[in-house]
Amino acid sequence: MHLEYTDKQKAFRAEIREWLAASVPDKPLKTYDTEEGFQQHREWEAVLHRGNWTMVTWPEELGGRGSDLVEWLIFEEEYYRAGAPKRVNMNGICLLGPTLMEYGSEAQKARILPKMASGEEIWAQAWSEPNAGSDMAAIRTRADRQGDKYVINGQKIWSTRAVWADWCFGIFRTDPESERHHGLTFILVPLDAPGITVRPIPQLDGLPGFAEIFFDDVEVPVENRLGDEGAGWSVAMATAGFERGLMLRAPARFQETARRLVELYQANRESADRDPAIRDAVIRAYLDAESYCLTTYQTACRLQQGGKIGPESSTNKIFWSELDQSMCATAMSILGARAELQPHAPAAAGVGTWLDDFLFAQSGPIYAGSNEIQRNIIAERMLGMPRK
Amino acid sequence: MDFTFSEDQLLFRESVRDFLVNEVSPERIRESWETETGRGESLWQQLAEMGLTGITVPEDFGGLGMSELDFVLLAQECGYVALPEPLVNTVMVAVPMLRELGGELARQWLPAIAAGEARVLVGLQQNLVVEDAHVADLLLLVREEGIYALLPGQFSLERNESVDPSRRLFSVTLAEGAKPLASGDAAAGIARAALNRGALACAAQALGLAQRMIDLSVAYTCERSQFGKTIGSFQAVKHHMADVAVKLEYAKAPVYRAAYQVTRNVAKASLAVSHAKLAACEAASLAAKNSIQVHGAMGYTWEVDLHIFMKKAWALANTWGDAACHKARVADVIFAAGAPVGADTTFA
Repeated sequence: MHLEYTDKQKAFRAEIREWLAASVPDKPLKTYDTEEGFQQHREWEAVLHRGNWTMVTWPEELGGRGSDLVEWLIFEEEYYRAGAPKRVNMNGICLLGPTLMEYGSEAQKARILPKMASGEEIWAQAWSEPNAGSDMAAIRTRADRQGDKYVINGQKIWSTRAVWADWCFGIFRTDPESERHHGLTFILVPLDAPGITVRPIPQLDGLPGFAEIFFDDVEVPVENRLGDEGAGWSVAMATAGFERGLMLRAPARFQETARRLVELYQANRESADRDPAIRDAVIRAYLDAESYCLTTYQTACRLQQGGKIGPESSTNKIFWSELDQSMCATAMSILGARAELQPHAPAAAGVGTWLDDFLFAQSGPIYAGSNEIQRNIIAERMLGMPRK
Repeated sequence: MDFTFSEDQLLFRESVRDFLVNEVSPERIRESWETETGRGESLWQQLAEMGLTGITVPEDFGGLGMSELDFVLLAQECGYVALPEPLVNTVMVAVPMLRELGGELARQWLPAIAAGEARVLVGLQQNLVVEDAHVADLLLLVREEGIYALLPGQFSLERNESVDPSRRLFSVTLAEGAKPLASGDAAAGIARAALNRGALACAAQALGLAQRMIDLSVAYTCERSQFGKTIGSFQAVKHHMADVAVKLEYAKAPVYRAAYQVTRNVAKASLAVSHAKLAACEAASLAAKNSIQVHGAMGYTWEVDLHIFMKKAWALANTWGDAACHKARVADVIFAAGAPVGADTTFA
């Protein structure tokens, strides 16, 4: 055990810090859940790409830096520290990208990854359906093979970023006789294909952060399939399972939230200390964010030495989502009567972005596999408790 | 950056775990409750033969010359079996304190500890009562005026009965004329380090205790049937255990980081130790709460082994600095001007 950065890691940190200082826009971008903001964030992805910073863990020939997981953690620390814009193409670079690298053909990788890296093509997810949420194996949207194409009919929902994204990926039922997780196929679909209707769904903040996607005889060529026909479930589940869990939410994000919470508490100390529970919650926020960071470094180092990720990775999702929720709830308590006010309201002095953060934190325990599902996985696969 | 244990450290853990699980069964612990001292000479000898009593004793004094970091996984295993012998406090607190006090005291006692011939215990001002003082061949006692090194006869004891029959706790009164061995800033520094080590020892054991309670509860709920199926198949029961698993999983790295910093005498080790103690003891307390719940009425009995581990977990949470003490130490750091909070502060 050696808990110090190497000279190479320090140099890497210095390089990204310097680049961010020179490159992060002075003025915050508009939210990517507006058309204008989406475009601004797409342009920011291109800026990152020109600096080879889109996804540092990707190989160099794809615009990455071949970084290991510790360098990725350092990148994220600097990124959040610098207050850089949110990443509009997370679905692509964190979810589909690694999946493609493992399951994609050379032709697919060559066609898709460069445009993903540059932000030219932004990706949305198409997993859930109205009757297949936590029970994702209940998927019914059909992709019928007709010669060298699939004809897709059905409906996907809760597709994050789908309103302005260019493509979506998901699993579809290619074998109409099949049940559950059999007979599903992983397919990539351009969102401008004829027969697609995207209906925006306003989120808690009123903005269309996700959408429903209707497929009405949508034709896609067979080469848009990722992995074998009928193997969609394992492509969706097994692929880079860990990197997903780990990379989706870097510790730096929550450590910066904890830092802002400490600052908010300090700035409002007199009123906040009327409730001793607030001080306690602030201390806990700091400690838990620190625990998340330490544990993630530990996992990253173990994996770098050839270790495998196991079902204990399900603890990750629960930990960060509930930490985020509790930090934001504490901020609301500190803000008191100001908590409900939009930042531009005249009486909303010092509210920062907490309201947005608080609203978004409510979704954490739900998306990417609800925390109830994660608890089942932990009990059954990590602790060995019976499924039935 | 390498946050992993070495092959050697992991293998040592394996062999110590096998030994402890075989030798320190719940039956043996119950037998120890019936004895006068609650401690056994033969088990202490076995621990010494494995090199465990001398693990942090320098090689020149007949020990293994290893560190707190080398010991932390073993302390976890001591927690897993709720080892009644004062091994963890000897190795993690008393031996480093003797090393720091140095001189004739260290030359005399460190080899004896390594050989299994002496038990040396420590009592700090933060300890309301002193653990295992009745079997101490040497007692290192911290008082306001300094640190005393006391032989039997130089102090008197009064037993304080604990809810946990494994814990033997004593009020200590100094014999007249006792003089501190060290005082002033040096003594204060040694006492501060000792508090960190004692708290770290609690944290490491709490990890093991939490794991043991999970294992007992999983075993019980997979056996016990109601409504025609094992109760471990019910989500309400599963989620109780999953909650404990999450807390425990995220308490481990803080404990290992604290052990690393204590080993290296890092100036800010107090923050890491308090973090470790809070996180690990919370995990163990939640393990106790949820374990007794899933055991139902059985969990509330003397006969079922759960209480052996539950009571130790409860006790550790409030000794070597209670939660308020450790939260205050965290608050002192994070609410200070220019506090090291945020991304890129963890390993800075």
